[in-house]
Amino acid sequence: MNTLLPQKRPRVPLSLEQAKKRGSSSALEHPIHMDPEEVIEEVKRSSLRGRGGAGFFTGVKWGFLPEPDGGPRYLVCNADESEPGTFKDRAIITTNPHLLLEGIAIAAHATRAETAYIYIRGEFAEEAALLEESIAEARDAGILGPALGGKGGPLEVFVHRGAGAYVCGEETALLESIEGYRGNPRIRPPFPAVKGLFGRPTIINNVETLACLPLIMANGAPWFASIGRPKNTGPKLFSVSGHVNRPGVYELPLGVPISEVIAAAGGVRKGHRLKAFIPGGSSAPVLPASAADTPADFDSLQDAGSMLGSGGLIVMDDTTDMVAALANIVRFYEHESCGQCTPCRQGTRVASSLLRRFQANMAEAKHLALLRQVAENAREGRTLCPMGDAFAGPILGMLHHFEQEFTAHL
Amino acid sequence: MQKTLRAARPLPHWDKLKAKRLDRKMQRRIEDIKRRYEEPRASLLPILWECQNRWGYISPEVQKAVAEALGLSASTVQGVVTFYTMFHTSPPGKHVLEVCSTLSCHLSGAGELAAHLRKRLGIEFGETTEDGLFTLVEVQCLGACDQGPVLRVDETYHGRMTPRKVDRLLSALREEDNA
Repeated sequence: MNTLLPQKRPRVPLSLEQAKKRGSSSALEHPIHMDPEEVIEEVKRSSLRGRGGAGFFTGVKWGFLPEPDGGPRYLVCNADESEPGTFKDRAIITTNPHLLLEGIAIAAHATRAETAYIYIRGEFAEEAALLEESIAEARDAGILGPALGGKGGPLEVFVHRGAGAYVCGEETALLESIEGYRGNPRIRPPFPAVKGLFGRPTIINNVETLACLPLIMANGAPWFASIGRPKNTGPKLFSVSGHVNRPGVYELPLGVPISEVIAAAGGVRKGHRLKAFIPGGSSAPVLPASAADTPADFDSLQDAGSMLGSGGLIVMDDTTDMVAALANIVRFYEHESCGQCTPCRQGTRVASSLLRRFQANMAEAKHLALLRQVAENAREGRTLCPMGDAFAGPILGMLHHFEQEFTAHL
Repeated sequence: MQKTLRAARPLPHWDKLKAKRLDRKMQRRIEDIKRRYEEPRASLLPILWECQNRWGYISPEVQKAVAEALGLSASTVQGVVTFYTMFHTSPPGKHVLEVCSTLSCHLSGAGELAAHLRKRLGIEFGETTEDGLFTLVEVQCLGACDQGPVLRVDETYHGRMTPRKVDRLLSALREEDNA
């Protein structure tokens, strides 16, 4: 087993038996023989970086946990996949849920957590039911639950459904949501690794990140690190949507050029040329077609003025109205702002109304300046969570590369 | 901001939805859910889902009953219910049609899909048809951007929607209701 998704995408999810045949669930069947510290070291050596958006080194994140004090510790799987343009976690859940469960078991062992929650967005009702079934299947087979043998400790896995809130993908808002509160992000520090769910040490990892763990355990950290580029290692799922011939999820090594990802999705639709692309979900700043040779990895895209984010590649061809596209993006953040921080709550509203003005050809030069100012005012730590940057980045990116389309509306 | 759901007049299936308190079955379910968490309040979202799945929406009476079961104030529960867009506080139509309007769907024709649905059903976003069968809602990204434009009907995703597919789907749902 050396890929996240089965080569031939099954119509129904792989059962536990099929997952075993593929080589997944072997770490569970043959109990984990590494000590938690050894697992953490192995993951550090693999240079695995979080696939949810931030790209933080997973092993390093685990290392922030305090020494065990005998009290409970939690592992949370973030399946709140809500970033516009992202649908890769859903692909993992619907094709190979046992790979995720195995990843959860490995991470729980490494972090010494005895309870894991899978926080899944409310809209994924069928996916949540599927996970419940898979958990029951794994428990009946003695793989999950209190009976996990070897060096692995007991483990209970629960599915917790969200109910429609993008902000709950942010890890502290997610914890609030599990605890039964409104999804308002928390002030940090303390970080979740020290004081997370129910005030206890908690690690939150994305679905795809967890699904990488069985691959690392089965093939070794050197194998994983040999894929991709230095510090940007491993296979990556790219969600490709927009103006391509075959939108879908494509598994490629990190660091392949963006143009190769677009080619994997059948290329830009017939009769049209690439105009621009958003490489990491809608909160990643847009890049023009001339940047299509940029390697699709964390560091290269950051250097290019955008980010890999969740790997949600939104492709826009020459028919795209950039003002309408930006208005659509900002409207999303306006709708999803939790309302806690003024630069985001008010900024998204003001930016959204300014963009409607542009769409109606009623904008003046001062409105362009105000749009830029509103975005600048929400950046870099002026809000509790990254939502400020999430709507400011796209505005500034769009104005940087396609300002003439905005001035044309003045 | 998206409009809250509103209906023109009482809908035929409302009488099935009336719940003033939690019956014994629901109380047992609540006890089961509580066991999954260290703190009872964490079972709030799962319990609200149970209530909505059972009665179609979460009425003020049910909110109050849930608050009592968890030792919370009714306003606390109301605050949580209204934060999350998927919880209905008034009865929706029998089938809820959610049109995704976010970027990838927008690029693949969500505007046309929405216009077609509004025309076919004769209602705007946030409204319910007179027969109480359909509620039309505009929603943000549903996480199925490769399937755009996406329509989510009740709990099922329908991708790459065309006017023809919409018409077929609507008549299938109407037939199902007549049967």
